[in-house]
Amino acid sequence: MSKAPLDYSKIGLKVGLEIHQQLNVNSKLFCSCSPELFKDEPDITFLRRLRPTQSELGQVDPAAYFEFQKGGKVLYEANHKSSCLVEMDEEPPHPINMDAVEVVLTASLMMNMQPVDEVHVMRKTVIDGSNTTGFQRTTIIALDGWIVVGGKTIPMQAASLEEDAARKTATHDVDKTTCYRIDRLGIPLIEVATAPVIYSPKEAQEVAFAIGRILRDTGRVMRGLGTIRQDLNVSLPNGALIEIKGVQTLDLISTVVEYEVQRQLGLIGIKEELAKRNITPDSLKPELVDVTCIFEATKSKILRKALDKNHPVLAVKLSGFAGLTGRELMPNFRFGTELSDRAKFWGRVGGIFHTDEVLTTYGITPQETELLQKTMQASKDDAVVFVADTIQNSQDALKAVVNRAQEACFGIPQETRTAKDDATTRYMRPRPGAARMYPETDIPPQPIIPELVQNIQAHLPEPSDKKVQRLIKQYTLNEKLAKQIIDSEYLPIFEETAQTSGVSAATIAAFLTETIKALQRDGIHTTQVTDPQINNIFKIIGSGELAKEALPDVFSWLAKNEDKTVQDAIDALGLKMFTETELTTIIDRIVVANKAQVEKLGKNASGMLMGVVMKEVRGKASPDLVSKLLKKLLAGS
Amino acid sequence: MSELEGSGYRGKALELLKQAGCSVGDILRLTRKDKTYEGILIPRSGDGTAIIIKMQSGYNIGIEATDDLSVEKTGKGTKPTFASPPLPKQNPLLPHVVIMSTGGTIASRVDYRTGAVRSAMSANDLYGVVPELADISQVDTEIAFSIYSENLRQQDWSELANKVAQCIQKGIDGVVIAHGTDTMAYTSAALSFALQNLPVPVILVGAQRSSDRPSSDAATNLIGAVKAAGEAPFAEVGLAMHDTISDAAIAVYRGTKVRKCHTSRRDTFQSINDFPLAKVQNLQLTLPSNNYRKRDPKRQLVLKPNFSEKVALIKFYPGLDPAVIDFYVERGMRGILLEGSGLGHVSKFCFESIKRATAKGIVVAMASQCIWGRVNMNVYDTGRDLLGLGVVSLEDMFPETGLVKLMWALGQTEDPQQATDLLKTNIAGEYSTRTLPKEEKLYYRGEP
Repeated sequence: MSKAPLDYSKIGLKVGLEIHQQLNVNSKLFCSCSPELFKDEPDITFLRRLRPTQSELGQVDPAAYFEFQKGGKVLYEANHKSSCLVEMDEEPPHPINMDAVEVVLTASLMMNMQPVDEVHVMRKTVIDGSNTTGFQRTTIIALDGWIVVGGKTIPMQAASLEEDAARKTATHDVDKTTCYRIDRLGIPLIEVATAPVIYSPKEAQEVAFAIGRILRDTGRVMRGLGTIRQDLNVSLPNGALIEIKGVQTLDLISTVVEYEVQRQLGLIGIKEELAKRNITPDSLKPELVDVTCIFEATKSKILRKALDKNHPVLAVKLSGFAGLTGRELMPNFRFGTELSDRAKFWGRVGGIFHTDEVLTTYGITPQETELLQKTMQASKDDAVVFVADTIQNSQDALKAVVNRAQEACFGIPQETRTAKDDATTRYMRPRPGAARMYPETDIPPQPIIPELVQNIQAHLPEPSDKKVQRLIKQYTLNEKLAKQIIDSEYLPIFEETAQTSGVSAATIAAFLTETIKALQRDGIHTTQVTDPQINNIFKIIGSGELAKEALPDVFSWLAKNEDKTVQDAIDALGLKMFTETELTTIIDRIVVANKAQVEKLGKNASGMLMGVVMKEVRGKASPDLVSKLLKKLLAGS
Repeated sequence: MSELEGSGYRGKALELLKQAGCSVGDILRLTRKDKTYEGILIPRSGDGTAIIIKMQSGYNIGIEATDDLSVEKTGKGTKPTFASPPLPKQNPLLPHVVIMSTGGTIASRVDYRTGAVRSAMSANDLYGVVPELADISQVDTEIAFSIYSENLRQQDWSELANKVAQCIQKGIDGVVIAHGTDTMAYTSAALSFALQNLPVPVILVGAQRSSDRPSSDAATNLIGAVKAAGEAPFAEVGLAMHDTISDAAIAVYRGTKVRKCHTSRRDTFQSINDFPLAKVQNLQLTLPSNNYRKRDPKRQLVLKPNFSEKVALIKFYPGLDPAVIDFYVERGMRGILLEGSGLGHVSKFCFESIKRATAKGIVVAMASQCIWGRVNMNVYDTGRDLLGLGVVSLEDMFPETGLVKLMWALGQTEDPQQATDLLKTNIAGEYSTRTLPKEEKLYYRGEP
């Protein structure tokens, strides 16, 4: 969408950030399991049902309660290395991992926060299955600090330490079972929250970036996809406070905020339009009509498939919604998408149809549409939404659609949304009420003694500006490269490799910043390559067994082939360096094949021949050696 | 006015809170230098000295009562109100089950304001927490007593047996007893001996995860127990708990053949030298055998609720000082249960003390600390010698049931010989003549 840039301060945009990052510590937060994920088949599975506890009835997360009533079950998968009875909720938690507490204290002090005197672990109720206990353990470590970003002081509200949740691996609608893998459950996460004082999408991204840099400065956070997650709280004065969960990369933040502003402004527009059309929630009734008979002979493949399963087609009229259902709120996202998201969530349907769409695309004829509108007594001002699934699902779906349409009369519903890779957001669940937290009585309060804080304060990690100067000096990098490596996730492995591999620091730094960015743009999952692999590649280059020109190829191969070694990559890519004897044979052959030219140019032929030889041996021989051998041969011939 | 009685605060913290006139639940502002903290005053337990407040975000933090801390009360606490959900309609066609509580928190709710967990035991509360109960039975609730299970004594078993008997005599279809899991198997054995000739089932039930958490096993266990109490074809004392770590099946174990075998797992209870009586899965009861007394509402219950407290349990270990046995004899014990090694052995150094005990008319019985398997004192000389000293073999009864049975037998008669005869008689399935290989424990096979 190309529109004139919005004046966000005029609109009154307010953004607050919550940055979560996994800590790089040896064990989980409340047990001694290794904080690592597994890909193989699980060693153990077990089935659970989470039940809303009594005081939550009525105020429990309605979506979770709805799941419970519908008989939702959770199948957990575990293996021996990453989970013990603690993650399985079969054993009480062990005392809090003090190493993790110290990492959070370090980050807090770097953000000028005040540590609390005593840490109290809380249980935050979450009954979607992502925590085996039905709550997430979380604790505040420090409060009330600030950082400076672009000359502006950003107040930091709190730094917390919490356990990461299990990760969803599958959803089976048939037996209402959701699968979660509990390897990630219990990995320590730092959560840093800013006050809602960020006033533009660009600033949101800059603040997130600055916080990320401080967290990396601790040297104790994990890197790679899934180790960092940004939540955004976005609000507009006439809109709503929307919680956006799980923005996975920093680069997306400004666009996510922009799109959310567009969505809210669009919804305000729809509200105003509905008011003009005199549409109130009472105008929208969940009167569902079975319209199966209209589609009995339909050519629409989607409908045919449902009808063949004896599913009915149910429809509902949205009075006054003609033209609004199709209104675009974000790129490729219409108000109809909002309706559809709700229908999918509450009704478990694959999607919905509405009359603001070009229904012929789905093989629905204009005659069928006309008959539908007639049956539904829909005028040209009305929209009709219909769906083909089991009766129960269709009913739930269309009720949710009507509900969402009613909400449109008031503006923007408060909800929790999830960020997609294209920076649009989708409905996740209704916004939970006030956080339902109560103490984790299995873990005694942990005093934070002043000596510990003083000790950490006295040994805070080098801040970024000092680090830049040091890198320039220590590794003779230029300033640009030094800054880039600090902003990358690769600083620790850069330093290690620069000190041990024998390859020049500038080569390593350039690769770990510019080349890796280029590879990412080409769709290579660069985070798949581990630190030890990176170190190993450079060591092999340093030893002369691999040409540095082969770096991108080896790296890309490793990113695509998990659990393989650098040697595997060299073998698979045929990158083994030629020995001097092999090179001599090749050069000899080329000299012979170009005999006429050589005779004509004499010793000056080496420039021309160099290009021919290198074309054949690139990546497998160093140009210096080729040049040397070539000169030797020419001199001898 | 400040009400801090029982708040757990001491010393400087208590002084500061008193000065500010705060009570638990009030809103406070704590100030130290340029930092302020606001929140609700939370009671404290344990040794810490910090003042605990719950902040608006819901988090609790502790702020140390240092000399430079000032405390100010900024608002008064409000008492939480709780409206029970409406009681579901009782279906008169469903069996009538009484749920009796003994102090465990089979149902509880959290007061999110202070974080306190309160037990909820009225029928209303139960239906609120476990609405499914209304679909399987008509439930009445009764509070027998409110004692932590580790504090229960023999007199409490007697009282519980009397209360259950009264219930059964009113003609109900089954009794469920909510019980702390630590000593639940002792109680189930005690009730098995005290409630003889049962017409309907009596099912004990507990939870390994407290009922305030969404993952609690309390509700599933309770549903299984109520289902078994109302509909099982047997009239036995049983104990209903998770069969595995999944919320899939509830096993109902025989009251005399069940033991707590794990400190924390949901499937901590296991049948010892026996099979479970029944399993409840998807609200269906299945019974692996017909080795039980059939339900018969017309049968007359025989109540024998007395237990002797003059019984000691001695676990044998290498180097056990025989003076331990002498001590119990001198203390006037009437029965001693030896938890012997292997097939039922103690060292020869104990023989003289055992001889003195039996000569004094003390009933000395032998169970094995192996837990699984059968005592056989005929295999080695040591066993034969012990039999010669008058030690009674408890066969395949594990020590805890053996202990309870000894207490019960000595509660029925003053005469050691009559007590020994009772001890040797199979009363409630505590003895079985055959041990089958399938009963070997899951834990020993290292299965999850």
